[in-house]
Amino acid sequence: MSDNQKVDRTRRNLVVATSVAGGAASIGAAIPFVASMFPSERAKAAGAPIEVDISAIAPGEMKVFEWRGKPVWVIRRTKEMVESLKAVTPMLADPVSAKSEQPSYAKNDTRARKPDVMVMEGVCTHLGCSPQLKTIESKAEMGADWAGGFYCPCHGSKFDLAGRVFRGAPAPTNLTIPPYTFLSDSTLLIGEDRKEA
Amino acid sequence: MASRLMALWDWFDSRMPTVGEEWRKHASEYYAPKNFNFWYYFGALSLLVLVIMIVSGIFLTMNYKPDAALAFGSVEYIMRDVPGGWLIRYIHSTGASAFFIVVYLHMFRALLYGSYKEPRELVWIFGVLIYLTLMGEAFFGYLLPWGQMSYWGAQVIVNLFSTVPFIGPDLALWIRGDYVVSDVTLNRFFALHVIALPLVLLGLVVAHILALHDVGSNNPDGVEIKQNKDANGRPVDGIPFHPYYTVKDTVGSVVFLAVFCIVMFFMPELGGYFLEHNNFIPANPLLTPEHIAPVWYFTPYYSVLRAVPPVEIEWLGIAPTQFPGVMVMGISTLVLFLFPWLDRSPVKSIRYRGVYWKSAVAIFVVAFLVLGYLGVKPTNAWGQFGAWLGGAERATVAARVCTVVYFAFFILMPWYTAKDKVKPVPDRVTM
Amino acid sequence: MKNLLAALLFGPAALFAAERGTPLDSAPIDPRDLVSLQSGARTFVNYCLGCHGLQYMRYNRLTDLGLTEAQIRDNLMFSADKVGETMKVAMTVKDGKAWFGVPPPDLSVIARSRGADWIYNYLRSFHRDPKSANGWNNKVFPNAAMPHVLWKVQQDSSAVQYDVTVRDLVNFLVYVGEPSAQSRKNIGIVVLFVLGVLFIFAYAMKKAFWKDVR
Repeated sequence: MSDNQKVDRTRRNLVVATSVAGGAASIGAAIPFVASMFPSERAKAAGAPIEVDISAIAPGEMKVFEWRGKPVWVIRRTKEMVESLKAVTPMLADPVSAKSEQPSYAKNDTRARKPDVMVMEGVCTHLGCSPQLKTIESKAEMGADWAGGFYCPCHGSKFDLAGRVFRGAPAPTNLTIPPYTFLSDSTLLIGEDRKEA
Repeated sequence: MASRLMALWDWFDSRMPTVGEEWRKHASEYYAPKNFNFWYYFGALSLLVLVIMIVSGIFLTMNYKPDAALAFGSVEYIMRDVPGGWLIRYIHSTGASAFFIVVYLHMFRALLYGSYKEPRELVWIFGVLIYLTLMGEAFFGYLLPWGQMSYWGAQVIVNLFSTVPFIGPDLALWIRGDYVVSDVTLNRFFALHVIALPLVLLGLVVAHILALHDVGSNNPDGVEIKQNKDANGRPVDGIPFHPYYTVKDTVGSVVFLAVFCIVMFFMPELGGYFLEHNNFIPANPLLTPEHIAPVWYFTPYYSVLRAVPPVEIEWLGIAPTQFPGVMVMGISTLVLFLFPWLDRSPVKSIRYRGVYWKSAVAIFVVAFLVLGYLGVKPTNAWGQFGAWLGGAERATVAARVCTVVYFAFFILMPWYTAKDKVKPVPDRVTM
Repeated sequence: MKNLLAALLFGPAALFAAERGTPLDSAPIDPRDLVSLQSGARTFVNYCLGCHGLQYMRYNRLTDLGLTEAQIRDNLMFSADKVGETMKVAMTVKDGKAWFGVPPPDLSVIARSRGADWIYNYLRSFHRDPKSANGWNNKVFPNAAMPHVLWKVQQDSSAVQYDVTVRDLVNFLVYVGEPSAQSRKNIGIVVLFVLGVLFIFAYAMKKAFWKDVR
């Protein structure tokens, strides 16, 4: 190999070596910048799961909590309410919750860990309005075969007491269910699946 | 693979030949003198710091809130809650001081080797404009953390504008947008710091480099390399910027980054000079700190301002005003523009100049550094003289002496540079 | 020239020592002593958090001190619900002003403005003063509106024990001032090592290209 070629080879090798080292250093330097765009501690704290006391919710009643800026409904379902879920199944668009978002334990008949406590996000899956609770007593406005559920005032979507959408509604899927855990019989942790103690 | 890349390049080059042309003109076929020394790193380093400041600045802007009630808290949010935020903040604060260190050394190189002299006067003028814009950029940026120093430093400096005769108070009102420095001022300084001045700075830097490349770089011997060209029309003492100086500046950059990182990771406050202690106290418009000092890179000019006493002209009905001090301070920066015309020496580089010039430069540097040091201290820092000098503050007397020296350097320059005995300048550069 | 540069770069650091007026005892804190930091956290939450907030500090960050979230919740959280909350003070600014004349300042970055030494001396310089509004005065901060909150601790401890209590509290405040300080230094070492390697290659590369330049 001539001297010139040797010099060129050395130069090229050193350029490669320096580029590799420089590239590694650049990636290292980029890490904090990229990392800074992930959720901050403040965002994570604001989106943290909430612990709520459900002991005061009487059978047949609903309480609304806020989590990640959204309303989360907790309904203490009576036995009649739970039984009515079977009856309305033929009128539903997605009775087995194939298309909606829910944790695996909420993919059952009652869409809940425990049938008497229903937890779901009160956000209509059509365009995001918050539907209103219409119990079985609202047959006058909701129709003779109304067994209880929710009515969205924006575009008329109807959901049953497990948040499942009725056929013919503009809403495409059942209401979303967030992850949740029973910390005790009276305390719910909304926003996180934790191993139940 | 290589031929595919070549084909891709050819496709691009045939549609936008400018890129290749500019690369050749400014890098691979820009012939720079081969004898660049240590002082020649600082131009490239200035560019590096500019990029560092822009990138870190962008990411800070993602989380900073330019609102008087939220600003201080948003900086602490960045320091604690944003992943990696503390590092981005320190990069920006260390970078601000690094920028001035690098720029002062870059300007000093021009002084040493006569880089401001014909035909490079325009390069120098753009450079001084960059320096002034940089000072404005730093001034606007310093208000943003909304600490005690931020607030009161801005208050004092904006009040200087109110000393201008006739229009002063209205001018200060217009700058602030309010009767005192407030949320309104903060928001507009934010806009100026983040967008307006960076764009101006970028434009000036482009102009500075283009003006330089059009006439060619100077060198430590002050020899014009274009006067000695070979058969191909290339300067015999020149080497293509790429790869020689790209490779050399890589080393310079790594060393600079090492020093930068030592400061940033191990002493980011640098004893209170890079991040001032008082600025960790949220701005309080009702409580003036004992000792307001500007950041270190402004202190020489602050000294000059304080050295000039308030002037009162009773028979004209002029109340004691600090305006002469403001004017003198302003002129002390503007006089830099005149450098190429004040220096009458036929020789560029200090290597071939006489004892008058060397002494003048040495004395000037000492005066500038003393002014800088005094600017950090309160005016009573060195005690008082005895009755024989009327009990005057020693520090004030020193600042006045140094201010006179500073101006004498420029005002007397046409005389002593013409009178100076110069040594013969070689034809070719020395390595 | 190079000496001038060195003086320029490192001179100012020496000046800093002269800046601080009265001679202060140096605070003997060790930022890596987790036990000291935990003790300081406990002292702060029990004696200081009633008036002084740490509004930029989140409870769950205290896992830095070797505590679990459960320990933080059980021992250090009196007025907050969630461990992700910030250590806010319950007192309002209005009340603080009415009761003390000046609202007690938030102490999140007090260690960065006053310095560890000043705080260490301040907390050890309270003395009785029948002429003041709250019966206390302080040699380091004359006519401070703050009473000697730790007076019982000082009374019930030996001089050495009290100094240790204050030292741990100051250590904690220094930590709160910049929680990322330790990781900053650790990352710095790695970065300098990488730059060292980069320097070796870059310098060799430069030498290789410049061999033929005379």
